[in-house]
Amino acid sequence: MRKLIEFQNIVKSFNDSLVLKGINLSIHENEFVTLLGPSGCGKTTLLRILGGFISQNEGHVYFDDIEISNVPPYKREINTVFQRYALFPHMNVFDNIAFGLRIKKQDKNTIEQKVRKMLKLVNLEGYQDRPVTLLSGGQQQRVAIARALVNEPMVLLLDEPLGALDLKLRKEMQIELKKIQREVGITFIYVTHDQEEALTMSDTIVVMNAGEIQQIGTPRDIYNEPENRFVADFIGESNIIDGVMLEDYKVKFDDQTFECIDYGFEDNLEVDIVLRPEDIDIVPIDMGRIKGFIKTTIFKGVHFEVVVETPYREWIIHTTDKVEVDKEVGLHFFPEDIHIMYKMGTY
Amino acid sequence: MKGYASLVKPYIFWMSLFIVVPMLLIVLFAFTEHGNALMAFRFTLENFFRFFDPVFIKVLFKSLEVALITTLFCILLGYPIAYIISNASERAQTLLILLITLPMWINMLVRTYAWISILSDGGILNSIFEFLGLQPIKMMYTDFAVMLGMVYNFLPFMIISIYTVLAKLDRALIHASHDLGANPVQTFLRIVLPLSMPGVISGITLVFLPAVSTFVIPKFLGGGQYMLIGNLIENQFITVGEWNFGSAISLIMAMIIMGSMILTRKIDRDASDTASVEGGKLW
Repeated sequence: MRKLIEFQNIVKSFNDSLVLKGINLSIHENEFVTLLGPSGCGKTTLLRILGGFISQNEGHVYFDDIEISNVPPYKREINTVFQRYALFPHMNVFDNIAFGLRIKKQDKNTIEQKVRKMLKLVNLEGYQDRPVTLLSGGQQQRVAIARALVNEPMVLLLDEPLGALDLKLRKEMQIELKKIQREVGITFIYVTHDQEEALTMSDTIVVMNAGEIQQIGTPRDIYNEPENRFVADFIGESNIIDGVMLEDYKVKFDDQTFECIDYGFEDNLEVDIVLRPEDIDIVPIDMGRIKGFIKTTIFKGVHFEVVVETPYREWIIHTTDKVEVDKEVGLHFFPEDIHIMYKMGTY
Repeated sequence: MKGYASLVKPYIFWMSLFIVVPMLLIVLFAFTEHGNALMAFRFTLENFFRFFDPVFIKVLFKSLEVALITTLFCILLGYPIAYIISNASERAQTLLILLITLPMWINMLVRTYAWISILSDGGILNSIFEFLGLQPIKMMYTDFAVMLGMVYNFLPFMIISIYTVLAKLDRALIHASHDLGANPVQTFLRIVLPLSMPGVISGITLVFLPAVSTFVIPKFLGGGQYMLIGNLIENQFITVGEWNFGSAISLIMAMIIMGSMILTRKIDRDASDTASVEGGKLW
């Protein structure tokens, strides 16, 4: 895939607080990229810099190998779906969607055709004459997407577009957005703080925290091979444990040595260890590698969330089997379930 | 809260005594014959027929003309000012709005007197002209002086009402417009201007209505010969002593004002209706 957008060492501060601390990132054609991170991590700021609504203090933004930092937003081949949609309240659905085309002075028939095609794409056929102020949140969302996509941009920016929708609608829209992205075949850059949303839709996830990129990777990489404690903690639930890498394939934590599949660390290096709750099995006490007793168990629908207490820590375990509180049990996991990470700041 | 409801009663009494009763008196006077005998009221429409004299109709049209031109100038001056203020930093906005409203703390009469000393033949402006070696210009008692006084007096109302709407305008809409390829001028014409029309409409109401009935400004800056409908009413009450005719003109005036209010409301509603139905086609 061709490289479409490149951020080079982007630094941005508001007043005295540093919001972006030197971001380097490449985004490719037809890629669905998600900027993921807690609020205040700088993800929206990065998106706005790309959209042209704010400018960076340092660094360069390249679009198709051309520096666009000084190009005003209305000359960029980028369209945005705004956080609160920002639909024009004095126009109906049709006029909202046709806005960009009318600005480009396309002829009436072309506009009519393109808008109808968009209405079909976002499942809003028959809504063209409705005032946008009378639409539901989900419908407004679709109009906002159609209004941006009708301009056939090379890149679509989406700024937490599903934040205002309820859970069920959000899930539907996630699938629909992914479908739309495949159909139109352009780059989507999606900003969210919802890790599940990111995992569902993205080709690439960029995890950000405090103005820095923590990890760039596919959803699987990010989930299975988190690069540090922050990523492991932010994406999914996890047991994060302090340990020491004794030598290749051997890690020590909770005063026990375990076999693992990681290597290439310095011997005796202090590391963070991740064990995902669903990778740990509760087994009879004599078959476990660690012993403890069941402290609490909460029914979560698909699974039980079980807390097992050992002398060293509390483990979170997801299991579909019902277990009894206070019972002594063993915990079992395989070497490949242990994931070793450098401690933050040491790599 | 309910316990405090009875606190409103003194105000109701006060307002009925000093607003409702005088208004009823005006209606009474308008429909009765001239005469000072308090209890001998005789119903008549004569006072209204008297108004349809070419002399008085001319005064009415002059008043409407002056008020319309005043309103127009207030829009032309007020909109850009309001636009600039609404785009300033938050601190600057507070300061500028304070500056705009500051003159309103001083009585209108005093401010109008101030204009006399600026515009009169030996006034400040003419002194400056003289100092620069220019011919003095006769400014007092002209249409120019009256218009200037009117625009000066009513401009703040226009600015404030447009500013209020512009300041509330969602920045994201402007970003969205830029995002969709509209340059600043297109964005202004297609997004900002239509969405700020309610402010312009309420500004028109706030400027046109008082302007059409004012009598202080034409009296002082236009001189005794400058006759607008407000002066006509004042004369009937103060100079001529024709309270009945004066009351009738007041009622006619009130009708015109009410009519124009209904009209502006309707235009406003129609505009927002077509805006939501036809949108961009308007532009």
